[in-house]
Amino acid sequence: MQRRHFLQGLVGATAALLWLPLNAIAAIWNKAAFESTTLEGAEQGMAISKEKPSKDIIIVAPDKAENGAVVQIEITSNIPNTEALAIFVEKNPTALISNYMFSNGAQPFVVTRIKMAETSDVKVVAKVGSEYFTASRRVEVLENGCG
Amino acid sequence: MANDIKMRAQLKGEITEVKVLMSHPMETGRRKNDLDEVIPAHFVQLVTATLNGKAVLEAQWGTGVSKNPYLTFHLKGAKVGDLVAVTWHDNKGASSSHEIAVTAA
Repeated sequence: MQRRHFLQGLVGATAALLWLPLNAIAAIWNKAAFESTTLEGAEQGMAISKEKPSKDIIIVAPDKAENGAVVQIEITSNIPNTEALAIFVEKNPTALISNYMFSNGAQPFVVTRIKMAETSDVKVVAKVGSEYFTASRRVEVLENGCG
Repeated sequence: MANDIKMRAQLKGEITEVKVLMSHPMETGRRKNDLDEVIPAHFVQLVTATLNGKAVLEAQWGTGVSKNPYLTFHLKGAKVGDLVAVTWHDNKGASSSHEIAVTAA
């Protein structure tokens, strides 16, 4: 069992090292998660588990979006040592929108514009060490933005 | 290729606010043209940012990011004159980068 954990750690460390050169995009990009058509599948692809609701993740988004092609959202995590923030739109054709990884003084904060196919929850998952925290916010979409 | 990323980095108190606007079609691969042909997916998959050459942000994107992507992020510990660079790579192998210096707000 310990040997297995060691080997898993080794694989993880190797993956982290491979992460650094930015040329092999296809190898870095999380195809399984991004191409999943369900929220559950996308989260599985990101290895997100046992996520806990948190009030320390702030999502600023319009209650109603006129045009789903461009919905501006601002996300902040006030949880110390937040390493990454992932954005999901549950009812989009592919649920995972983006995943942001912060290091060397980058704050767990992003303003981005996303596409929304229909009224849905916008879900944010923060990675803090091996733990995951989540918050959601409903955005009503008046016009489909996925074409 | 330098003009398809517009950037600004301003030091505000202890936080440097970096605003980025990229030119990219961000095609999902699900849209059809007037001839009812599917427009192939063409989207940015990876965005990286560095401060004085050191990685600060790595973003993986799917097709759900809006056309001509806009991004703001915050850096702590940057000073006026420090260099912030942003690079994107898309699913067709194209990429672009832009570097600017941090300015006072």
